[in-house]
Amino acid sequence: MSPVLEPVVPLSARRRTVPRWLRRTTGPLLLLVLWQVCSATGVLPSDILASPGTIARTASDLLEDGTLPHAMLVSVQRVLIGLVLGGVIGVSLALVSGLSRLGEDLVDASVQMLRSIPWVGMIPLFIIWMGIGEAPKIALIALGVTFHLYLNVYAGIRGVDAQLIEAGTALGLGRWGLIRHVVLPGALPGAMTGLRYSLATAWLALVFGETINADDGIGFLLNRAREFFQTDVIVVCLIVYAALGLLADAIVRTLERLLLQWRPNFTGK
Amino acid sequence: MATELHRQVNPPEQRVNPPERDARPGEEGGSDDAAVRVRSLTRSFDGRAVIDDLHLDVRTGEFVALLGRSGCGKSTLLRVLAGLDREIEGEVLAPRRKAVAFQAPRLMPWKKVWRNVLLGLPGRPGRAVAERALKEVGLGHRVDAWPKTLSGGEAQRASLARALVREPDLLLLDEPFGALDALTRITAQQLVAELWQRRGCAVLLVTHDVEEALLLADRVLVMDGGVIAHQVRVDRDRPRDIADPLLAELRTELLGRLGVRAPEPAVNEVV
Ligand SMILES: Nc1ncnc2c1ncn2[C@@H]1O[C@H](COP(=O)(O)OP(=O)(O)OP(=O)(O)O)[C@@H](O)[C@H]1O
Ligand SMILES: [Mg+2]
Repeated sequence: MSPVLEPVVPLSARRRTVPRWLRRTTGPLLLLVLWQVCSATGVLPSDILASPGTIARTASDLLEDGTLPHAMLVSVQRVLIGLVLGGVIGVSLALVSGLSRLGEDLVDASVQMLRSIPWVGMIPLFIIWMGIGEAPKIALIALGVTFHLYLNVYAGIRGVDAQLIEAGTALGLGRWGLIRHVVLPGALPGAMTGLRYSLATAWLALVFGETINADDGIGFLLNRAREFFQTDVIVVCLIVYAALGLLADAIVRTLERLLLQWRPNFTGK
Repeated sequence: MATELHRQVNPPEQRVNPPERDARPGEEGGSDDAAVRVRSLTRSFDGRAVIDDLHLDVRTGEFVALLGRSGCGKSTLLRVLAGLDREIEGEVLAPRRKAVAFQAPRLMPWKKVWRNVLLGLPGRPGRAVAERALKEVGLGHRVDAWPKTLSGGEAQRASLARALVREPDLLLLDEPFGALDALTRITAQQLVAELWQRRGCAVLLVTHDVEEALLLADRVLVMDGGVIAHQVRVDRDRPRDIADPLLAELRTELLGRLGVRAPEPAVNEVV
């Protein structure tokens, strides 16, 4: 009996006609329309949640009088400083424990222990230690970033194919050559994952840090709006947080595309 | 040409006076132009000795082919000679300048092909060096490719180019032509032969192809039971012709040693 034959459909034949970005924006747009309709018909009163239209107007007002840009600048600065600080500490620790057994024995156990403390719970201690200025907020961000980067870079280093290390040795690479040409590039995918996690954590830490005590920044706007029941301002602040987070993610994605183009990985259908 | 500086690969105890006995296959006696000298090498994995009291000599400039069944320890021996496996007992001497082409290409996926070829070379060799080496193995058009985009045979040739640019005293090749078609294979074999003649280096070539071994090597070894169980010398000038009766005779002998019986008249019957 001859088997049933089925055609192998060329990928181009079932290429989508709608561009990807359009397909991806349809869902959110529909939600937005639904929201506006609910607000306009009174199903959603404005003291519960302002309508998209009001929010857009508030946003443009805040942008024009300079409140929002200033707040954003302050907040972004906090994130950047915390990110750099936490990044340097996290990556250094990961290198120490990833590259040597001695380092692993000394560093890894301590980091793993400290990691089990929820970092948000450190806020009261940070306030006692550093007051309520910039320092505790930056420290909180740095702390969250440190752990994520440490874990992923360390795992990345230890995940490098031993066969490639062996090949590098056979090619005459010394210890530093191996680290530079084999271990670090091999750990890069892990490091990028760590970077993405730590960015998410950094924004979260920022929100926590700013809502608990702040006299500046987006969190400050948020707190003040809460006192005056300005749901529109609150939503604007949330959107700004989200937009900044998305922007950061887009930057990391671009970095990944540039730095990890050698990866033979599955990229989805 | 004499090899420079012999380096010992982790000797647990030096055997100063080897016990008097008949030479075993693989052993050539203590000539002082040795490129490889292995005495009583043992390598065990989890208590199972894959290499068991193995003796081997390779003279400077000698081309040696190593045959043996899958899993008999050829790659293991190569890794020991390359200095990559030091959990050994026995005495192993090998030159400092070695080049290895592994059984799997082992290209660094994060480096373009030409950077892979230059990796670890002393000095700061330019891209032209890599381009020349790649052109020799027929990869002139893939210089800028990522390893993930290479075909199996292309990756193997890139790996071969990477070994050949190193100008070693000992060239260790682990089935470097395994994934190549007949024509490309001949070209690659000629490349290795050329480098060997120009550089005068010792070559240890692991292969499953008896004819390839007979065409290229001065001496063909058969590994079995963790030792060099048998060896034949191929005293023929190059280029050789596989139709040569001596080679045909050696071929039958080697195949016999590998456990392959000479083909009997075909019988249309399922056993
Ligand atoms: N790291 C390891 N741990 C345990 N066993 C190993 C290890 N490496 C190799 N072996 C075993 O040692 C034996 C010899 O392996 P080796 O790779 O040297 O074989 P080979 O002669 O090169 O075979 P092939 O022709 O298939 O490449 C095999 O049985 C293999 O399973
Ligand atoms: Mg092998």
